[in-house]
Amino acid sequence: MISENPTDVESIFIRLTRRSGAWTLLFFQNTGHSLFMLLEAFRFIPHLIYRRSRSELLAQMYIAGIKSLPVISVVALFTGMILALQTGIELRRYGQEVYIGSAVAISTIREMGPFMTGLIIAASVGSAIAAQLGTMVVSEEIAALEVMSINPNRFLVMPRLVALMVMMPLLTVYTNVLAIVGGAIVGSTQLGVSVVAYMDNATRFAANKDLYVGLFKAIVFGIVIATVSCHQGFMTRDGAVGVGVSTRRSVIVSFLIILVLGYIITRLFYI
Amino acid sequence: MIRFENITKNLGGKTVLNDISFEVEKGETFVIVGLSGAGKSVTLKHMIRLMRPDAGQIKIAGESIELMAKRPLEKIRAKFGVLFQSSALLQWMSVFDNVALPLREHTKVSETEIAERVNAKLAMLGLADAKDKYPSDLSGGMCKRVGLARAIIMNPEIVLYDEPTSGLDPVTSRRIDDLILTMRKELGITSVVVTHDLHSALAIGTRIMMLHHGKIVENAPPEDFIHSKNKTVQSFLASQYITKRGPWERGINNDK
Repeated sequence: MISENPTDVESIFIRLTRRSGAWTLLFFQNTGHSLFMLLEAFRFIPHLIYRRSRSELLAQMYIAGIKSLPVISVVALFTGMILALQTGIELRRYGQEVYIGSAVAISTIREMGPFMTGLIIAASVGSAIAAQLGTMVVSEEIAALEVMSINPNRFLVMPRLVALMVMMPLLTVYTNVLAIVGGAIVGSTQLGVSVVAYMDNATRFAANKDLYVGLFKAIVFGIVIATVSCHQGFMTRDGAVGVGVSTRRSVIVSFLIILVLGYIITRLFYI
Repeated sequence: MIRFENITKNLGGKTVLNDISFEVEKGETFVIVGLSGAGKSVTLKHMIRLMRPDAGQIKIAGESIELMAKRPLEKIRAKFGVLFQSSALLQWMSVFDNVALPLREHTKVSETEIAERVNAKLAMLGLADAKDKYPSDLSGGMCKRVGLARAIIMNPEIVLYDEPTSGLDPVTSRRIDDLILTMRKELGITSVVVTHDLHSALAIGTRIMMLHHGKIVENAPPEDFIHSKNKTVQSFLASQYITKRGPWERGINNDK
């Protein structure tokens, strides 16, 4: 209950104003730092002509891509199976279960593929990036790079950014394929839709635009994950506890931005 | 070589450096001592602009660095090698690659020459057999020596040491001290050492400055430092059982 005393109300108002001011300032500081870091990392992309930069890029592509395959495979397959089962049960009531092919293909290629891939990569690769860079801040490795005049945005951010920009669309295509396969398995074993009929339906209704928009989303999500996780890593303070905080924040912020941007991109291309 | 003029730095509402001024001459081993939180590491970080002062001026070789642009700052930083308290080795690189990193980043020398230079430095620091190991396979003392090899691989004019002997056993600590002495005698490197260890400070330092609550309470050669009339210095000396004659004389007698 708010006190009738005007000085209490006044102090609550001042505290709220001060706190919201501090949050606003922090928001703009973080956004500014992230964008500056991102632009600088883009500026350093031509450095990939050097062998050392390329080998670091390949290492990051291996971590982001190949090492994520097991978890992505399981999630993609079961996402397709769940989608097929849920839509198939409803469509069967109207005798239209043959349409699960298009339902699974369109929803996966347009939305679920890039979205699920983005969430998995943010949780696995993004958190690992934030933890690694955070530990490097705490153990003075970033300071050592600065003293050696080695720009951390070139040395650390650029290879991770490019790796995620390249691997996210590839992983999304992989997710799409496995989800559609998962749907076909459920269709043929549970709903009586043959694989041929399922694939025919899926390819008839899914348009090229769906694939392009899905892949565009994947690239954008890759940029978001790299930027957020590198930024959170660099902002780490207070030792091991700070590394935990940065890791957690990188996942939460990436998830939120992926959700919001996913909606905005769909809105821009389909309405 | 390094000149601090009326430097003040506040961190988290606390004054860490309070209007301090001092100068480090070329070729000396300048040791900064003090209790934890006295501002020693903060002073060191100001020399390479990992921190900027709230007031005052820092000059390196006559050039003011607080507002210096990126490119000239890189030239100033090229004069320095830094041994960090945690050694700050990149964990995913081998010892060889860690030491070779500045050469690969800033020079166009061939891999053959890089290998020659890195192997020479590693041999000088007794690490010839460790070049293919990773930092996680090394002891604390070895990590410090690898950090030192990386700090001096570009033949810097000045080397900064942040707590070079902290967390090391006495034998390894003395070995690091000997390396710092060798660096001064054989390579003429200017050194700034931050340490808690007064035995080490007295053995290697040509001058010792003590910070207390962000103020300089003493700045003198070791012979004068141990005779200081300042009560804080006296209690600091007593806390490490240092009398006016002691094991530290080894360094002085060795003609530092």
